[in-house]
Amino acid sequence: MILKIALSIALLLYSVSTFLYLYRILKGPTTSDKVVALDSIGMNLVATVALLSMFYDTNAYLDVILLIALLAFIGTVSFSKFIEKGKVIDRERDN
Amino acid sequence: MKTNDVLLRNVTKVVAFIIFLFSLHLFFAGHYNPGGGFVAGLTSAGAITLTLLAYDIKTVKSMLNMNTIIITAVGLIFVVGTGLLGVFSGKPFLTHLYGHVDLPVLGDTSLHTATLFDLGVYLVVVGVTLTIIQTIGESD
Repeated sequence: MILKIALSIALLLYSVSTFLYLYRILKGPTTSDKVVALDSIGMNLVATVALLSMFYDTNAYLDVILLIALLAFIGTVSFSKFIEKGKVIDRERDN
Repeated sequence: MKTNDVLLRNVTKVVAFIIFLFSLHLFFAGHYNPGGGFVAGLTSAGAITLTLLAYDIKTVKSMLNMNTIIITAVGLIFVVGTGLLGVFSGKPFLTHLYGHVDLPVLGDTSLHTATLFDLGVYLVVVGVTLTIIQTIGESD
């Protein structure tokens, strides 16, 4: 009972945090701000799924946690490469 | 200014193997736990996409050393072949066979031909995803 209350409060705080990141995505002056906010939302999503799997008392979501973390990493790397070099995948590298 | 991706490349060398291992786990866990051929294929394609981001198409092609369309074709052959396995044993198409097999190292193991069907799905998903990414990456 006390665990469920604590998990509910933590989920509420994470949703508030996600909405604040969403404000940064909508408002952010540069593209880099938006990319960092999106990456942080991905990490918040990881925490949310972990808390939800504790809330529902199941371990079926544990693979999803790792998958979201991997996808957030790959997505952030590709966005960063697009910002820095203008293209995501090189045909032949020069260094 | 010339860019230097030494951090990204060294992280990729470690993380790509972890992603491959995770996709292998998803593939073999698919019968009793969440996972299966589709997610495992997408995760493997994600690992190869990460190496594509860190390096370039030419390096990854020499690393993979295989045509992605051929990977798709082999996957489809696996899918149809496991379907025909049911026909050859006198049952309807796509009837799966299973049983206990005494393997040399692993001992008594319960095997199911649904794993071979899943392997076909895995290869098709990897092949199609990499074909799409490489074709778009190569076009000007």
